[in-house]
Formats: sequence, C-alpha cells, structure tokens
Amino acid sequence: MDKILVGLKRVVDYNVRVRVRSDGSGVETDGVKMSINPFDEIALEEALRIKERGDANEVIVVSIGSGDSQQQLRTGLAMGADRAILVETSDRVDALTGARIFHKLIDRENPDLVILGKQAIDDDNSQTGQMLAAIWERPQATFASTLVIDGSKATVTREVDVGLEIIEIDLPAVVTVDLRMNDPRYVKLPDIMKAKKKPLEQIPLAELNIEKAVAISQVKFEPPTERAKGVMVEDVAGLVATLKDKGLI
Amino acid sequence: MSKILIVAEHADDVLNPSTAKCVACASEIPDAEIHVVVVAANASPIAAEAASLTSVTQVLCIDNPLNVSQLAAIVAPQVVAMAEGYSHIFGPSTTFGRDLMPRVAALLGVNQVSDIMEVLGSHSFKRPVYAGNAIVTVEAPANLPLVATVRVASYRSVPDGGNATINSIEVESQSPEHTRLIELQAGKSDRPDLQTAAKVVAGGRALGSEEKFQLIFQLADTLGAGVGATRAAVDAGYVPNELQVGQTGKIIAPELYVAIGISGAIQHLTGIKDAGTIVAINKDPDAPIFEVADIGLVGDLFAIIPELQAALSG
Repeated sequence: MDKILVGLKRVVDYNVRVRVRSDGSGVETDGVKMSINPFDEIALEEALRIKERGDANEVIVVSIGSGDSQQQLRTGLAMGADRAILVETSDRVDALTGARIFHKLIDRENPDLVILGKQAIDDDNSQTGQMLAAIWERPQATFASTLVIDGSKATVTREVDVGLEIIEIDLPAVVTVDLRMNDPRYVKLPDIMKAKKKPLEQIPLAELNIEKAVAISQVKFEPPTERAKGVMVEDVAGLVATLKDKGLI
Repeated sequence: MSKILIVAEHADDVLNPSTAKCVACASEIPDAEIHVVVVAANASPIAAEAASLTSVTQVLCIDNPLNVSQLAAIVAPQVVAMAEGYSHIFGPSTTFGRDLMPRVAALLGVNQVSDIMEVLGSHSFKRPVYAGNAIVTVEAPANLPLVATVRVASYRSVPDGGNATINSIEVESQSPEHTRLIELQAGKSDRPDLQTAAKVVAGGRALGSEEKFQLIFQLADTLGAGVGATRAAVDAGYVPNELQVGQTGKIIAPELYVAIGISGAIQHLTGIKDAGTIVAINKDPDAPIFEVADIGLVGDLFAIIPELQAALSG
C-alpha cells in the first residue's frame, strides 16, 4: 500500500494525577506534562512497523488542535513518521467534527489505512475512529490487538468482552488500536534532530471548510466522590471476621 | 416526552444483562417511553427476554440471517433505519456498544454522549473523564437525536416483570461486503461472568506466573466469584485479555472485590470504583490500592491465600 494516516492527540500525560480546577471549568493543565495519547503512540508504532516491513511507502501523522500540538507531531516524526499535518484551531473539537476533519484529509491524501488510538485518555470518548469509518463508508476494526496486512485486505484481531474476535476487512479502512498491539519505540536523540527537517504542514481549520457538528456541551467538572476510609486488619482471621460482619461471606 | 430506543446486546440467542442496565438508565429519564430493538438472526427468544424487562413497553425485532455477525458495519445501518421518531438511542458501554453506537451517531449526523453514569434530565448527564479522575456534567442539544452509551457499572439491571408487546420490523439492509467475521474466540468458563458477578477475585503481576495465578482461580471458586486481573497480569500472559479490569478493560461494580497482589494503578482503580466492598491484600503497605480499600491486609499473598482458602472452606 502507499500511505498510512495516523492520528496523534495531545493529552495530559498518563502519569499525571489529574486535578479538577476549583472553578469547575475543566482540569488543571498549566505546567502539566503533555504527551501523545498512549493509544495513538501504539497506532504510530504499528504504522511504522508496516512501513518497515515494506508494506507501505509513507506514514503521515495528523493532529488537530492548537500550535502546541506541534510538539507531539515532532515526536511522531522523530519516531519515524515521514511528514506531519496539523489542523490548527484553538477551539475544543468534538468527535464528529474531528472525524469530518480526518475525512477531509482522506480526500486529499487518499490513504490505504487510517490507524487511530481506540480512545483518548482525556475525554475517554472512544468515538472518532468509528465515526470516521461511518462517514467514509469504510470498514472499522476497533480495539485491535493484531493487524496483518495482505495486499488489499487486512486481518484484525479485536479485544472484545468475551475474548478475541477476528475479522477480515477490505482496505482502505479505519483501525483503532488497543494496548497490547505493540510496545512503541523510544525516540533517540539523532532522530529528534532529523525530525526537525521533516515537513510539518499547518492548516488553519477554517481553510478546510468543514461543517461543524453540534457539540455536546461540557457544563461543569467536579472531582469524583471519594470512597470512605477503610480499615486495616492484622491477619486472615481479622479479614474473615470483617467480611462476615458485612454479610459478604 | 422522551421516546427512547435501546439497542439490545445478545449472543447465542441470550440477552446480555447490559441491556437491562441500559433500561435502568433510560427509566431515570422523566416521562420516558422505552422500546428495545433486537437486531438478530433469531430474534424471538431474545425479544421475549427483553419484553419481560420492567419499564419496556415495546420490543422491535429485526430478523435477518446476516445478523449472525453483530459487527457495527452490519448493525448500525439497521438501527439508523429505525431511529426516526426516537428522541434517544441508547446502547451499553460494552465493547459491543462502544463499537456500534458512534457509527450510529455519525450516520445520524450527531455527536454521542459516552458512558452515562447519572441522569440529571432528559438531555443532561454526568459521565467520567480522565480515567474517572474527573466527572463532567454534559448537556446534549435538545433538538437533535441523542445517541449515548450507558456506563453499565453505574446501573443495576431492572427486574423482570414487564410485559411489552413484540413487533417484527422489516428494514432494508445490505450486508456490507467489506467487513467479514472470521472467528469469535470466546473464553469458556463456568465461573460467574466478570461484568455481572456479585463477587470478583482479581490478581496482579505479583502472582508471578500463569501457574501461580491458579491460586486466584481456586479462591474465586471457593467464594463463588468471577476472576479479574490487572493489565500487567494480562500483558505477562497469566490470563487472557477478557479478564482485564480497568480504564481499558472492564469497568465493574461487584458487591465484593478482592484485589490480591495489585498495587492499584489509577488505570486499574477506575475499573473498580463502584465496587461495594474492596479488599486489598498486598505486601507493600504503601501500595495505592490501600487508599481505596475498605479492608486492607498487608502480607505475603502466597501465605495469605492458602490460609484464607482454609478459613473459608472450614
């Protein structure tokens, strides 16, 4: 195949203990470490492996967001992507509008495969890939743990509630990846230097003429209710007694 | 008035309990009329189960041999063909619903509310974000169809006792030839299902091997419990993926959750926050699991499990 398109979302790093802003307007992001959404990193790693096996010619990383997302795209280029596209907007982009943006880029780039993370760890929506597949009228293979390309087809193993589901899809298609697909590579310093010379195209969102979807509005953020403080028991006898007290055994 | 369509989840001609949980969520919406659609190859036994759920007034069956496969590309267009006239279309936040519902939403040209955990009004809900470290109140546009998934761990199944009418519906559907089901490898187990079990015993990487993880299975059997695991234990190959509990695995709400050799990463804790009682057994007294545990016991799990096993059997 020729091209693989990969989405990279800038999110609060997964190691950060997220705190809700006191005014309830969102979560604290000032001075907080930002990274590529971990699932997207796995998506990129998979695309790079497909290319390195000789099954694809070019890997293009795409992000939607403010100019800050260039950092994540540069990291993606350092990992090995060939070029990057940033669709620039300072507004929050809802999932359907995001899918429409990808659809527009698909019209332009004609990729054979779009690989995305199965969800972003900030809003935990798990929607964009499925929505893109719907409006593109192409197959979707969500929650994928293995992806085998065979010419114009792909065989995908999906992690589902009852176990594993294996499906075959015709390309082009959208695949969203789960954690066990691969372990993303570490970026080496020379690659970071090389990445600076790779093309990163910035497109203002307005230039794409996307019909914006009506967003679900986020009215208020609050911290989750804390669980009541528990008790420590000394030994198994204490544990069994406490469970009996609670009527659990 | 709200008119709500719930997409039934099923396998092997049996309704999945996630559907009764969606009904529980939908019945919190004021003045709601609740219908269930069964998209299946053999809808009648499933429809009969759905018709007996309290609060459901109508069950609609779309029978078609191609529905043997419940792939989103096959099911979504049939749901969309039914959507006219409904203010809300709900599905469960299981892998079935999470795969399907965004495809339904996009075909209807609307956004989706994922993982409803609380109903505040007909178009206002609470849902978790950032692995449950923040809860956001969302409002969906009232003039558009509202597509949502229901966070099944937040709801108890509605009881039986309903007596809905069952109607067959014909919708035009074509098999999308671009997507083909090859095989479903379902884990076979006689233990209670992880997602609906009243009790769950779960193990982490501290178990050390697939063989030693058997201790968890044995304890679960003594308690009549389902078995769960952390991502680390699944990654290490001790147990298959369908046992993973957490942000990227299953979100569960058993009455009793026994976490053994589990340190308590945020991503794991988000999967058990709604458990009734959390028991933690870990050798590290500073493990984060103790911050959420109702009952904590510090010690060597390889000494504790046999002792607990003996105490429970005795």
